[in-house]
Amino acid sequence: MATTPLAVPDPLLTEKSRSFSVKSDWAHWSVLYGVSGLFALICAVFLISVIVSSIPAWRHSGLSLIYGKTWSQGTDSFGALPIIAGTLATTVIALIFAIPIGIGSALAIVHLLPNKAKIFASSLVELLAAVPSVVYGLWGLLVLAPWFEQTVQPALGNLTAHHFPFDPPYEGVGILLAGCVLFVMILPMIVALSRDSIAIVPKEQFEGALSVGATKWQVLRKVVLPAARTGIVGAVTLATARALGETVAVALVIGLNPLFPHTLFSTASTLASTIALQFQDATPLQVAALGALAVILMAMTAIVNWIGRRLIRRTAVKAQFVRRRS
Amino acid sequence: MIDGVPPDPMLERRELIQRVAHKTLNRRMLASRAVIGLCGLAFVVALVPLFAILFSLVQKGIHWWGIDFFTKTPLFPSLIDPNAVGGISNAIIGSLVIDGIAALFAIPIGVVTGLFLAESTSPFANALRSTAEIMTGLPSILLGIFAYQMIVVGFHEWGIKLPGIGFAGIAGSFAIGILMIPVIIKASETSLRSVPTPIREAGLALGARNGVVARKIVIPTAMPGLITAVLLALSRAVGETAPILWVIGASTINTWDPGHEMASMPLQIFQSATSPYTSLREETWGIALTLVVVVLVINLGSRLLAAWLQRERR
Repeated sequence: MATTPLAVPDPLLTEKSRSFSVKSDWAHWSVLYGVSGLFALICAVFLISVIVSSIPAWRHSGLSLIYGKTWSQGTDSFGALPIIAGTLATTVIALIFAIPIGIGSALAIVHLLPNKAKIFASSLVELLAAVPSVVYGLWGLLVLAPWFEQTVQPALGNLTAHHFPFDPPYEGVGILLAGCVLFVMILPMIVALSRDSIAIVPKEQFEGALSVGATKWQVLRKVVLPAARTGIVGAVTLATARALGETVAVALVIGLNPLFPHTLFSTASTLASTIALQFQDATPLQVAALGALAVILMAMTAIVNWIGRRLIRRTAVKAQFVRRRS
Repeated sequence: MIDGVPPDPMLERRELIQRVAHKTLNRRMLASRAVIGLCGLAFVVALVPLFAILFSLVQKGIHWWGIDFFTKTPLFPSLIDPNAVGGISNAIIGSLVIDGIAALFAIPIGVVTGLFLAESTSPFANALRSTAEIMTGLPSILLGIFAYQMIVVGFHEWGIKLPGIGFAGIAGSFAIGILMIPVIIKASETSLRSVPTPIREAGLALGARNGVVARKIVIPTAMPGLITAVLLALSRAVGETAPILWVIGASTINTWDPGHEMASMPLQIFQSATSPYTSLREETWGIALTLVVVVLVINLGSRLLAAWLQRERR
């Protein structure tokens, strides 16, 4: 009674029954597949709906939506080139400030501060990242803009005798201010992500380089930064995507003006801020044109983001490797 | 030097290196100190905006806080009474309702999808992971357009007729919820993955099904991480302006009905900041301070709560 004849296979040991007990909890898996399928469906509908909303505009203007040079809602002429130029200009200004300062701060947090201060500094950076973007916009509009108008812009203008790139009129708002606000917004992102990739460079490499007589900066430049390069580039790419798509903060400080920015003080407009500010009294065709801007913006940020994620993931894999080895 | 024996090239090279290293030591140390100083300076520069913003917020915002500010609806300043601004109770209620409903549907979808990504190795899961990552980085204004197109206007292409419901708080919840889902997915996947495999296997070895292991072992173990994930997503959602900009209308009355036009704190900031009335522009600081305090309390609270739960467990 107690012994089972060997001829009968043990049900727990056969491949099929094991896969039954582990894999075929069908209620569990159907819930998981159902809910994540729902998420996939939402994403698909999202993509389709944004593209569909822009169809009338593509019918109306064709590809001149991308390379056309005039954007005028009144006359229904939709050419997004100046707006794309404004978007790129503000993003580039933000990156020029944010890359050196962000990487410098990340190096300072990882390699200069004592351990206790590190945690404190990191939480300060995360605090900066948590502030809602509309608050940055508000600060830019009500604090920075008057200061720019009265102090910074005339001072910069004096440098070039009020010629390019610091031409009057000094209005405060414009691409330089928008770039500065964006700089403040993307900085925490660059600091946090590049801090992570700098922190995973093995300590042995750092100490090894120091021990053969290199100075701290030589070690940072020749050992740490090259090792963390992928992660830092990834951080910068993600920050670029954020800067390209930032909406309300830029909308408040760019001084919406759909013309090519000619100087650093020109008012201009970005893709996202145009969508935000022109939606209100738009006719259906104009809404479609704004939808087309959204499609352009989506394509730009998705590509930049995808590259950034790829780079970041490469760092993450490396981090696992390092952790396993030590 | 011994006659007849050629000089050791290695030794010569080492001496050369030492000589050069010694000769350049001062220069290199100077450069190193300078650059390290610059790094420290960069760090200080990075913190300046934080303190400048917090300083402005507190200095210009705190005096708006009072009973009336939190309990009255806004008034409309006019040339006769340019200082009438009223309170922001409608915006507070609106934010609560909109973000509450958003969280209500975003949390289950986000956490369950996160569980799926943590447990499954199918190509579908990998594709979904990339989708979620790209969704987190997309500009939030796109979700505003999505909500406008789907909920406010409705979908009328290809023979599909989905009637729109007009401007309503629920359209804002829709946009904000979809914004939250990928953030929750990413963070909850990370914390669910960090549950040690031996614990899962122990459950499976006792004969529990996958679903039971997930419900009774994996999710409770990962709970601190899940709470942080949800609250961080919520703290991001509360401050989002772009998705709700053109979908919730802008009501000036107190309403708890999400089918109705509503107000919201970030939207109120955006609108008042561009107002021609100085009094409204100044009041914006009060709203912004409220919003920042809410966001930071959720943000810091979630971290402290997670740390506390982690400690309780040990």
